[in-house]
Amino acid sequence: MLKIENLHASIEGKEILRGVNLELKAGEVHAIMGPNGSGKSTLASVLIGRAGYTVTGSVSFQGQDLLASSPEDRAAAGVFLAFQHPVEIPGVGNMYFMRTALNSLRRQRGQEELDPMDFLALAQERMKLVEMDQSFMSRSVNEGFSGGEKKRNEILQMAILEPTFAILDETDSGLDIDALRVVANGVNALRSEGRAMLVITHHQRLLDYIVPDQVHVMVAGQIVRSGGKDLAVELEENGYAGLGQQESAGRMPVGSSR
Amino acid sequence: MTAPTTTTGISDEVRDLANQEYQYGFVTDIDTDVAPRGLNEDIIRLISKKKNEPAWLLEWRLQAFRHWITLAEPTWQHVTYGPVDYQDIIYYAAPKPKKALASLDEVDPELREMFDKLGISVAEQERLSGVAVDVIVDSVSVATTFKDKLAAIGVIFCSFSEAVQDHPELVRKYLGSVIPYKDNFFASLNSAVFTDGSFCYIPKGVRCPMELSTYFRINAADTGQFERTLIIAEDDSYVSYLEGCTAPMRDTNQMHAAVVELVALDNAQIKYSTVQNWYPGDAEGKGGVYNFVTKRGLAAGINSKISWTQVETGSAITWKYPGVVLKGDNSVGEFYSVALTARHQQADTGSKMVHIGKNTTSTIISKAISAGHGQNTYRGLVGIRKSATGARNFTQCDSLLIGKDCGAHTFPYVEVKNPTGQVEHEASTSKIGEEQLLYCRQRGIPEEEAVSMIVNGFCREVFKMLPMEFAVEAQKLLTVSLEGSVG
Repeated sequence: MLKIENLHASIEGKEILRGVNLELKAGEVHAIMGPNGSGKSTLASVLIGRAGYTVTGSVSFQGQDLLASSPEDRAAAGVFLAFQHPVEIPGVGNMYFMRTALNSLRRQRGQEELDPMDFLALAQERMKLVEMDQSFMSRSVNEGFSGGEKKRNEILQMAILEPTFAILDETDSGLDIDALRVVANGVNALRSEGRAMLVITHHQRLLDYIVPDQVHVMVAGQIVRSGGKDLAVELEENGYAGLGQQESAGRMPVGSSR
Repeated sequence: MTAPTTTTGISDEVRDLANQEYQYGFVTDIDTDVAPRGLNEDIIRLISKKKNEPAWLLEWRLQAFRHWITLAEPTWQHVTYGPVDYQDIIYYAAPKPKKALASLDEVDPELREMFDKLGISVAEQERLSGVAVDVIVDSVSVATTFKDKLAAIGVIFCSFSEAVQDHPELVRKYLGSVIPYKDNFFASLNSAVFTDGSFCYIPKGVRCPMELSTYFRINAADTGQFERTLIIAEDDSYVSYLEGCTAPMRDTNQMHAAVVELVALDNAQIKYSTVQNWYPGDAEGKGGVYNFVTKRGLAAGINSKISWTQVETGSAITWKYPGVVLKGDNSVGEFYSVALTARHQQADTGSKMVHIGKNTTSTIISKAISAGHGQNTYRGLVGIRKSATGARNFTQCDSLLIGKDCGAHTFPYVEVKNPTGQVEHEASTSKIGEEQLLYCRQRGIPEEEAVSMIVNGFCREVFKMLPMEFAVEAQKLLTVSLEGSVG
């Protein structure tokens, strides 16, 4: 479904990604772990088309050249990012925002748009997945939301927009154990044969809840090791020492909070 | 408005408007009764005679004219435009009525068609929204609806010309009482040559049961527009008044210098809402309307309240400072404004709040959006006079910039002469957030639509003050006006 080959990305002259290779098949969940500054979030940014990066290499998504597409076209193709720091949009209602997004996607895919009543029914059903109540929907997008509420709101959008490929960028950061469970349950409910997910995290504990098919370790802009679920456990015990090319990265223990 | 939970409520069809050129650009060919170009005392006598005015009104006009010729056009505002030749303007043009109109059915079919194009057909307004529309085409009122219903409760809502004929004592008492003919260059000019406008009188204790609405329209080529509006709310009364504007495309600049006076007596409330959509000029900034308006309310009575809400999306140049003179103790003045300048539009707008009475409060919320080469200036004056013990003002000015060729400027003036006065001023300027745009686009919302959504959100505080249909129209206008501002 997704094939990343020799992906390089730099910003303001500084190279962050230094030749990433990664392949995800439909139905798979992959985790990317690694120390701060290793390039995990940059990978997410480059995949959704954030401006400001100089990018080389190739990313093929269901046969489409992703790097040549605008962010909205990538979204229409089925790419979704649960942002690490979801932005606030004052004055724009959460419900209205999500309906606009869904209908934009549907329009671009040649599907009929949902009217407000149908959308409301859909939203109410999906809100149960992340244990959100109606009051969230009448507030402005992310405005005044707690950290946990913002993350749940991201997963709710994923549940409503039903992407083919979802990236979760440190969705667990800042969550207490109860919120983590809610978010993980939501994500697990959305795992399906036709959908691939890339879970970016610092913490092994998220992977206790969202069990990945593969774990990759990114250090200094490259994937230095890949393996099964056990790799995460091993990292938890030994840290990234010996895996990286950078001394500073190598000493950082896994799970250190930022 | 669709779902009850919708916060911004940009309806789906609004998106379809995103790629439209200015859609109200057409000229209707109505046989107009036109005065010769230029301005002198004879023209003023002609206007007064055409309108069958009493001698005192002609004399008032002439005094205004004699004062006006001693004035120079103001230059302090932060706008630039070519010289206006006041002798090259036609000061009177009236559609020729075949006979007095008894009902809307008798309105010129071509005129009706024009209303249909504008999407504000009088019949539709009447049927769907329960709004009484006093329709002004050029300078003469053609039809007034709901008049009988309003008359039954004592509300007078008619054209200014009719008011001069039917209620001369009220006009004489209040005309110029809030904005004297010496007030400023454009107000003096208007006082000399105004041709028509709206008049509204709410008697004591009456809460006007419907929104009163007037659609103004510039039609005849090169005809200056000088409307005069006067609204009087007697003790314990309430009225909500809507003013909306569209204008056809033009090659030469059109001058619009209206005067609006509001008077609120004891415990009375006047809510005045405007959506202004005069032609802003083409992509090079050519041909737009000059909108030089003087609007002021006198909160004369105790506990009286006057609210101005304006959405300014049109005009090549906007120059207006709707204000409130807070004379009555405990009176309240409010100003909520959205001003958008795109293309080469320039706006110098804000509010004047003058506190005279005790414990008077005023609020100013201004949202300025600049895109393209637009220049947007907030200019406000908050004055607390010596007598205004316990007066308070809160001012908030937010500016949003889209692109790098536009500008936002803020000139707040504060004069406090009473030590108990409290004045707060908050201001912010932001560029439209790259992060917000990316967030929307990542969710599949195209860039232009995302900008419109973010801007509408930015303006929500003001839009929510508008009556609902007006809020929808305002959002449409904003979306249309922002078209082409991105990328």
